[in-house]
Amino acid sequence: MADLTPDADGGTDDTREGPTLDAVTLAKDFPLLSREVHGRTITYLDSAASSQRPSVVLDAMREYDETTHANVHRGVYAIAEEATRRFEAARTNVGRFIGAPSPSREVVFTKNATEALNLVAHSWGRSNLERGDVVVLTEMEHHANIVPWHMLAAERGIELRWLPIDDDGQLVLDDLDTVLDGASLLAVTCMSNVLGTLNPVAELATRAHAAGALVVADACQAVPHLPTDVAALGVDLLAFSAHKMLGPTGIGVLWGREELLESMPPFLGGGEMILDVRKDGFTPNDIPWRFEAGTPPITEAVGLGAAVDYLRAVGMDAVRAHEISLTAYALDTLTDRFGPDIRIYGPPAAEDRGGVLSFAFRDVHPHDISQILDEYGVCVRAGHHCAKPLMRRLGVNATARASFALYNDERDVDTLVDALDAAGKFFG
Amino acid sequence: MPGLEDLYREIILDHYRSPRNRGELESPPAVRVEGFNPLCGDEIVVTIDVEDGVLADIKIAGTGCSISQSSASLMSAAVKGKSLAEVRELIGTFKQMMSIHESTLPSDGADGGGGEAAEPEVIDIDALGELAALQGVVKFPVRIKCATLSWNTLTQGLDESGVSA
Repeated sequence: MADLTPDADGGTDDTREGPTLDAVTLAKDFPLLSREVHGRTITYLDSAASSQRPSVVLDAMREYDETTHANVHRGVYAIAEEATRRFEAARTNVGRFIGAPSPSREVVFTKNATEALNLVAHSWGRSNLERGDVVVLTEMEHHANIVPWHMLAAERGIELRWLPIDDDGQLVLDDLDTVLDGASLLAVTCMSNVLGTLNPVAELATRAHAAGALVVADACQAVPHLPTDVAALGVDLLAFSAHKMLGPTGIGVLWGREELLESMPPFLGGGEMILDVRKDGFTPNDIPWRFEAGTPPITEAVGLGAAVDYLRAVGMDAVRAHEISLTAYALDTLTDRFGPDIRIYGPPAAEDRGGVLSFAFRDVHPHDISQILDEYGVCVRAGHHCAKPLMRRLGVNATARASFALYNDERDVDTLVDALDAAGKFFG
Repeated sequence: MPGLEDLYREIILDHYRSPRNRGELESPPAVRVEGFNPLCGDEIVVTIDVEDGVLADIKIAGTGCSISQSSASLMSAAVKGKSLAEVRELIGTFKQMMSIHESTLPSDGADGGGGEAAEPEVIDIDALGELAALQGVVKFPVRIKCATLSWNTLTQGLDESGVSA
């Protein structure tokens, strides 16, 4: 599987001469990447939206379904116990992967990261925030980390403050302490899904805590692409989705500090989340099940566990090193080929960003770019990327976005460049 | 397998590069309506002057892809100076063109499955004139919303003008 070979061009700050990976070999683990679209082998550059799954993930889910499936935490028969054990093993596995101090108690399975963030707004927000309380967001947040707070603002009258970005797509922190003054919560993305910007989350968490605010991090784009350690980040809550990290759709994760989760009331009500139900009320379950009403996504948890195993075997340092190298190649190649005809948003240096390249190409609308690229089998996203406040800050309605994962290599970038060239000629 | 030439007809590219009736009419008296395509972030502004049952003038502003912009441009040229009854009929015919083909496509159609499926293939393509160039869009279901954005916005404008045909 993971062919770990020394790479000559290392030299990045966090992976100095560390291992890298052979994307061409890894890509063979992903069945979808061998299919053809419009007569050409697919070039999948939309992993920031959803990643593809390796056979080991698909096989694990199928094997579970064929041999073990039963509802969890209920039956006393053999396969029900096995199902429960595998479901809880996936939880612990995910927790260890992100450095959770108490992995079996701090990982809550949700439908996706959006639900995880809504859980925070609904459970923690409603029991802690009152009129006039302050939640701080950044201009680069995904709608999933904006709208739940808007909804709480409409319901509770809380105040939303915004950390701005500069023209390179970096957070402007000059007034950070002023913005954080009196705040109850900082909600920040680890890595922008549009700009690729890697935010200084550990520093932000330190300063937020100094101001008395908790920190919830949107780690959707971080967990699949770089080593993530919740203890090192120092955040209080962290959300991510399985389907962006080689796992299935239908399951996401909310990690929270044990004592914090224990202090939070339930989210949805139903089975599984209770210890007792009487005619006059109910007693909520212990964490993490308190937040998991109803039958959870069991097969998907097994798949997520397998995805974590795969990523761990490849090595997140190697993934990060590979994506820095590939992003640098893409930045150089696109700029060399198209010069002023292309504008790439976000930090100019590959080391400062993840493998997400949003761009404007001449005057061609992103929808049209994406349509032409599709003819070449190249899959990119066109639109506002669920980040309309950021789009307004950039002064555009939409961008085209190419995003990488560990299975992409320089040939994918070359195909993108050729297809863009064709799009330019078509609309010339 | 539909080709790009089905989508990007020469007429469409012409209207995209040289859009007709660009701008905004003074509002009031003109009725001004904004339309949004939540999928791609495109925004369109349609302003119309209705006088004596006639769509006396129309302007289109906003930004969008080649399909939404050319559709808006073609629409503006087609409806300007027409009676409201004729405009409503044209809107109906155009949207029928966008939905009939869609319903015959595999089940991944995008536009909310709209259109009462009862009247297959009876649209009068000739009545659409240059607008017929947009019929290739239905082979690309994701783009149907681009093509219908300006038409839905115009419909809203007609409704808000308080005159029904």
